[in-house]
Amino acid sequence: MMKKVLSTFKSIKWKHYSVYLIIAVAVAILGYLSLSLDGKASRAFDTYRSLLGDMSIWIILAVSLSLVVGFLGELSLGHAGFMSVGAYLGAVITNVLIANLKIENTFVIIVVSVFVGGVSAAACGFIVGLPALRLKGDYLAIVTLAFGEIVRVIFKNANPNIFGGAGGLQLKNYFTIDRKYFFIIGFLFVILTIAVIQNTIRSKHGRAITAIRDNEIAAKATGINVTKYKLMGFVISAAFAGIAGVLMTLKDGTVLYSKFDYNYSIEILVIVVLGGMGINGSVIAAVFISLLNWKLTDMNGSLSDYKNLIYALILILLIIYRNAPALKGFREKYNFRTLWAMVFKPKHNPAKDKGDAVRWDVVPTKIEMNEVLSTDVVIDSTGDNSADIGERGGNK
Amino acid sequence: MEFLEKLILGISDGGIYAMIALGYTMVYGIAKMLNFAHGDVIMVGGYSILIFFNTTGLGFAYEATGIRGTIFASLIALVVSVIVCTLLGIVIEKLAYKPLRGSSPLAVLITAIGVSMLLQSIAQLYRKGSNAVPIYQFKPTGIFDITMATVFTLGMSIVVMFSLTMFVKRSKTGRAMIAVSEDKGAAQLMGINVNNIIMITFAIGSALAALAGFCSLATGSSFVQPGYGSMPGIKAFTAAVIGGIGSIPGAMLGGILLGIIENLCMLNDTLANYKDAIEFSILIIVLLIKPAGLLGKKRREKV
Repeated sequence: MMKKVLSTFKSIKWKHYSVYLIIAVAVAILGYLSLSLDGKASRAFDTYRSLLGDMSIWIILAVSLSLVVGFLGELSLGHAGFMSVGAYLGAVITNVLIANLKIENTFVIIVVSVFVGGVSAAACGFIVGLPALRLKGDYLAIVTLAFGEIVRVIFKNANPNIFGGAGGLQLKNYFTIDRKYFFIIGFLFVILTIAVIQNTIRSKHGRAITAIRDNEIAAKATGINVTKYKLMGFVISAAFAGIAGVLMTLKDGTVLYSKFDYNYSIEILVIVVLGGMGINGSVIAAVFISLLNWKLTDMNGSLSDYKNLIYALILILLIIYRNAPALKGFREKYNFRTLWAMVFKPKHNPAKDKGDAVRWDVVPTKIEMNEVLSTDVVIDSTGDNSADIGERGGNK
Repeated sequence: MEFLEKLILGISDGGIYAMIALGYTMVYGIAKMLNFAHGDVIMVGGYSILIFFNTTGLGFAYEATGIRGTIFASLIALVVSVIVCTLLGIVIEKLAYKPLRGSSPLAVLITAIGVSMLLQSIAQLYRKGSNAVPIYQFKPTGIFDITMATVFTLGMSIVVMFSLTMFVKRSKTGRAMIAVSEDKGAAQLMGINVNNIIMITFAIGSALAALAGFCSLATGSSFVQPGYGSMPGIKAFTAAVIGGIGSIPGAMLGGILLGIIENLCMLNDTLANYKDAIEFSILIIVLLIKPAGLLGKKRREKV
């Protein structure tokens, strides 16, 4: 018995779960701290609580978008649209629960509103995805963008008694929901999001999704139902965006349609791209960006004016540095891994490298294909040993 | 009568959209990228008019010189903004997009988004809030409720579309553009300087954006703020896709169609509220029926 437990314990690939563990431990410590403090110290802690709440929402959004952008290989510019569907319907159901059904149990409110928000966003993902996934690349991106704008207009003009109209929707009896410890709830959902999406990707379905990303025609030829798996990725991603929307509503106590514009979708996309389009990267980038946002906004006077400027410059320079063909040699010579090896592992270990090459259980998270958007197939011959093939960079 | 008036306004607005959409579509056809910063070039055009008026004091020439002087000043401002935007387009292309040529489309797209953010944040630093541009508000013509600005816009867009079509069809550079858009590698082998052609495309697109910005300031509210270009940008982009992105007549058709639809929606109060939603729904419907757009060419996928 003991032996069996020990062996299962050993067989768990802790590396896979490191993100959950780090988040869980950090939130547990912070939650304990925030519960144990009281009075003045607790109030001083409030800004951090708010920051952590925001951070959890950004992480959910980024991780859910990374499923579509990083693993499915399609570009979605309407993530904020799905989020707003979740946010509005979550707010409506919360209002109904509080005002009409007189339910004031925080737990029930959160569970029901998150469920409703998630399901409605997923339904929207299905409705948009079913026709839209006939398109691909740039066109799909445009349709998702259009969807985001349409949803915004609808929520602005829909029945003001239910959806609040142009002034936005307020949660009734807002303070019955204790938002002080909101970030703990937020991070519970972060763990749920990462668990669901990571396990989806490691499953058979996830391998089908990454196969579609790598080559759609080849995936079709091996018998993968492309539409089904694309739709699956799209719907899961939309559902979690909806959940993030509900969480944001519960945190702020109000929803405003104008917040969920195209720039918001872009901001989420930027986080995903900065993180390298994988799950762990998205988490790290979301944490980093929300800290940066908070710090830059927090600074009084001059620097907060330059916030967007700094943000934009970081983005442009980072993308050019990471992707410019001219800098390829430099990147390969001096990247994080080689520098790490230079400092800590001076000796080359071929045996270990060989072991790394045959790990089938690790799904590659980085897109190396040139073809996220274009439908052309480019034969890449930039490797050093392929001189005999010659330059075949043409796209035909 | 009202219908006719909205129709004329729609064609004029559509002309503005078409001019912006031409920039999107040409850049997409030749560089195969979605230039998300295109809308912000319009905004920079607006700001350059504003700064030109503020520094020269020509904006207040109205009292001194009367109508003729103000129109003259506005036209000088137009030339200034066209020059500024053309240079800006070239600079953006050289600094941000050229280093990424040959890398993944997503990287280029994100860089374009970054450039858009950069331009907006620079505009934010210039002055907070919105700024009125003292372009001469052309007086009503007396026919319906249409101002001279609308007529000017109509004329301008017709001239632009005609000359651009002629340029692309007849001139050597224009035909080189078509060649590059069809096959970059083959065009290079034929002795076309692809880098130069891409640069010229960006320059023309940005100049058209400046023209469109001037027209929309003259016909619209004449206020510029950092987000000034994003909504017209997105709508023109929609127009380009409806017409078939990569196709020049398609962009014109899509732009004018969108302008007419937008203005006809204004006839009904409920429809007016939902006009953006209607336009984007039309985009989705068109893409579902004809995935390449109305006049777009279908691309075959090869393995």
